Amino acid sequence: MNIFAAIGAITLAFLAETGRFSQFTLSAVLHCLRPPFFVGIWARQMMSIGYYSLPVVGLTAFFTGGVLALQIYIGGTRFNAESIVPTIVVLGITRELGPVIGGLMVAGRVSAAIAAEIGTMRVTEQIDALTTLSTNPFNYLIAPRLIAAVVTLPLLVFIGDIIGVMGGFIVSTQSLGFNPATYIKNTADFVEVGDVTSGLWKAAVFGFIIALMGCYHGFHSRGGAQGVGSATTYAVVAASILILAANYVMTSILFSD
Amino acid sequence: MAATPKIELKSVHKSFGPKTVLDGVNLRVRPGESLVVIGGSGTGKSVMLKCILGLMYPDKGKIFIDGEDTTRISGRAREQAMRKFGMLFQGAALFDSLPVWENVAFGLIRGRKLRRGEAKDIAMDKLAKVGLSEDVAMLSPAELSGGMQKRVGLARAIAADPEIIFFDEPTTGLDPIMADVINELIVDSVRDLGATTLSITHDMASARKIADHIAMLYKGHIIWSGPAEDIDQTGNEYVDQFIHGRAEGPIQMEVRRP
Repeated sequence: MNIFAAIGAITLAFLAETGRFSQFTLSAVLHCLRPPFFVGIWARQMMSIGYYSLPVVGLTAFFTGGVLALQIYIGGTRFNAESIVPTIVVLGITRELGPVIGGLMVAGRVSAAIAAEIGTMRVTEQIDALTTLSTNPFNYLIAPRLIAAVVTLPLLVFIGDIIGVMGGFIVSTQSLGFNPATYIKNTADFVEVGDVTSGLWKAAVFGFIIALMGCYHGFHSRGGAQGVGSATTYAVVAASILILAANYVMTSILFSD
Repeated sequence: MAATPKIELKSVHKSFGPKTVLDGVNLRVRPGESLVVIGGSGTGKSVMLKCILGLMYPDKGKIFIDGEDTTRISGRAREQAMRKFGMLFQGAALFDSLPVWENVAFGLIRGRKLRRGEAKDIAMDKLAKVGLSEDVAMLSPAELSGGMQKRVGLARAIAADPEIIFFDEPTTGLDPIMADVINELIVDSVRDLGATTLSITHDMASARKIADHIAMLYKGHIIWSGPAEDIDQTGNEYVDQFIHGRAEGPIQMEVRRP
């Protein structure tokens, strides 16, 4: 095959995949707004995606807050600016690290689980069976996962923010000699509502990306166990990369002033 | 005037890239008839079934259900058309997140909007019809043997009393005795419902048991069709080779000889 044919084949494959993905995304969003609504399944997915991710997100946030406090303290001492630790910890956690690290951890747990479950349903013809039972797979499988992830990710990240700030507080007061009352006052004085809400907006978008990647790759998996394995890998990798890319775009929009 | 066919395929074509799977399939299934399509692996039987069910669209040709063109319908219209159908999948395709009775009642609860209690009663009745006890109803599909899964799949297929039932390789992977049990259940269930059935199989014992009519699919065409009792006197050497399972004959498998 000559080089032009190879480039042409790659371009066509890319365009076909882009078209298929766009169509899937549009259909997924429309089915979130169109009845029937399987509310019981929404609730089950909220438990599975949100509640069961709490330990992972909480632990990650705690250690991230702690290590952030340590690093800022080490850097701050070089400029006699140790007092800035509480402010940087709270801003770092709420604006960036809470949503991004929380999003990445949930991507690993939830995108993989969704892709594996829907992928197995695809290769064992369970999705075809849904269709023959007059049940639209987008209403029954995709919409509940998208809605659950978009609703629960901000809640998870909000709890993660609190635990992350607490991690910084514990390290600062127990290891670095900060006065607890001063630490809390500095944290509360400098954090603004916008710092927290910007992180929660990001979390909602990351939730959408996580569920969409899991559903898309699972829904289009082919070829038995190997196909489901590949779908799971693609889902996690694609969700992680898209979260980081979306984070950059959202940060530049939200903090452009 | 002849009755409108329950299912009719007119010159249905389907290809995947350069590979032509269905190359102008014509087929008619009359109301109340049990048609079995036989053919080797990879001859397009499953693709034909998926085109009729709307799980994939044909490239060319038309598919009619009760005289209505259903070739490219989607959304609500497809869901309405599906209400006429019951389907037993090759691997049963039971939902492993739900207990057995909910699998059977699924179409009644989600599709027909029946109350759970009412749907459960019907599911129990259908499970009893396929010889499964109430204890099985509460189990998960993963706890069942292959034969039991097929029976649950059959109970799910007949749960909503469909007008048309499709069977995809109903006896594949079962021992001969269980295969015959499934065949008997299919014949009994279909007779009770008065349904039209379209089955695909390469198991001749199954085809002989459940078919009124048999059609053979080979290289994307129907090469013979006729009453089931005529299958041994078709005069068609392809059919003859297939039903006797001979390696020698006009059908050559793509196997490299040493």
